[in-house]
Amino acid sequence: MKRLIQLRVNGELYEVAVHPHWTLLEVLREELDLTGAKKGCDAGDCGGCTVILDGKPVFSCLTLAVEADGRDILTIEGLAQNGQLHPIQNAFVEHGAIQCGFCTPGMIMSAKALLDENPNPTEEEVRQAIAGNLCRCTGYVKIVEAILAASQGGG
Amino acid sequence: MGLPKFEYLRPKTIQEACSLLSQYGDKARVMAGGTDLLVKMKDRAVTPQYLIGLSGIPNLDYIEADAEGLRIGALATIKSIIDSSVIQERFRLLADAASKMATVQVRNMGTIGGNLCNAAPSADSAPPLICLGAKAKLVGPKGERVIALEEFFTGPGETVLKAGEILTEVQVPNQPAHTGGAYQKISRVAVDLAVVGVAALVTLEGKDGLCSEARITLGAVAPTPIRAKRAEGVLKGKKIEDGLVEEAGRVASEEARPITDVRGSVYYRTEMVRVLTERAIRQALE
Repeated sequence: MKRLIQLRVNGELYEVAVHPHWTLLEVLREELDLTGAKKGCDAGDCGGCTVILDGKPVFSCLTLAVEADGRDILTIEGLAQNGQLHPIQNAFVEHGAIQCGFCTPGMIMSAKALLDENPNPTEEEVRQAIAGNLCRCTGYVKIVEAILAASQGGG
Repeated sequence: MGLPKFEYLRPKTIQEACSLLSQYGDKARVMAGGTDLLVKMKDRAVTPQYLIGLSGIPNLDYIEADAEGLRIGALATIKSIIDSSVIQERFRLLADAASKMATVQVRNMGTIGGNLCNAAPSADSAPPLICLGAKAKLVGPKGERVIALEEFFTGPGETVLKAGEILTEVQVPNQPAHTGGAYQKISRVAVDLAVVGVAALVTLEGKDGLCSEARITLGAVAPTPIRAKRAEGVLKGKKIEDGLVEEAGRVASEEARPITDVRGSVYYRTEMVRVLTERAIRQALE
């Protein structure tokens, strides 16, 4: 039996009927058409599904939709405001931190969560913060540079 | 492939959770953060028909210090353990190990109760807690009991939990003055399980700074986390110097019983027990 849940995603309230075995990732992508979060490994290893739940970055592929009921979710789609990219998004573009783009939404959510908690991270802290986000294209250097630049108000 | 179908139950109290668990027996599993269980379910390694979500039970995630020591609710996340100022000040070893677990995302979701009950031989929270002399409170339909964590694990993925029992609290006694601890971990990549984990806790006493207490617990090198009691004996009652630390490392590596698996060989793990035990003792002394 489906259960009716309420999700506050990017500031908007959604009411969705979900099966208990649906993950938050599946509901975001398939019920809400928010396909920014990616189903990479679907097992909590790649970080492509990273969203911010009640202020903390989590793997949405390992979060049951029913357990996200009533909670606040921020996805990549919620970062740009009035057509303007978020400084972290800008920094990624400016620093060439995006190649295929598949890891990017998850990577940026982890970066945002880091900078919200620690506005002036060291390089080591940036690397630790994105340790749960795999990138097969870039080798991470530009990603780390972009995040450090964003933290310094650049980007 | 996604998760297999199940019915989701969300009890509001521990008693309700225990009674649901007893009622459905083998067909049910409890879930805290889900970071271990849901992965196993996606692999179809476990397929419960009923999932009992514990996150609806209020006040299970506390970290409280009192006159006797620390009490940690089973649903305290790994992140909350890292951030806890009382743990950082008085039980630093535990915060140290917690900060080395998995990824940011898993540390936000995963819980201390889940890490212990999942009972991987490599569980990072176990060696530190065993060194600290921690106990676990288990609540079941017939009442509660408190077990030393050292006796909690019976094999890979196996614990003394009986049908219907849920681990609700971890109790850590206060440590004597001049006690220091450290957790050393080696893994293939930063976010991986431990290939070898070593926790060391030492207490120094008197103006000579003799070691009055030494506890060394090894993870990922036996079916469960194990105390390296002979290595501890090398240090106890003596003034700890380089030669002694090296000997403790050697003895600890003899006490380890690792297997060869995808993460490391018997030879490598045995050698790393020696190295990490030395490093853990030295760091604990600091």
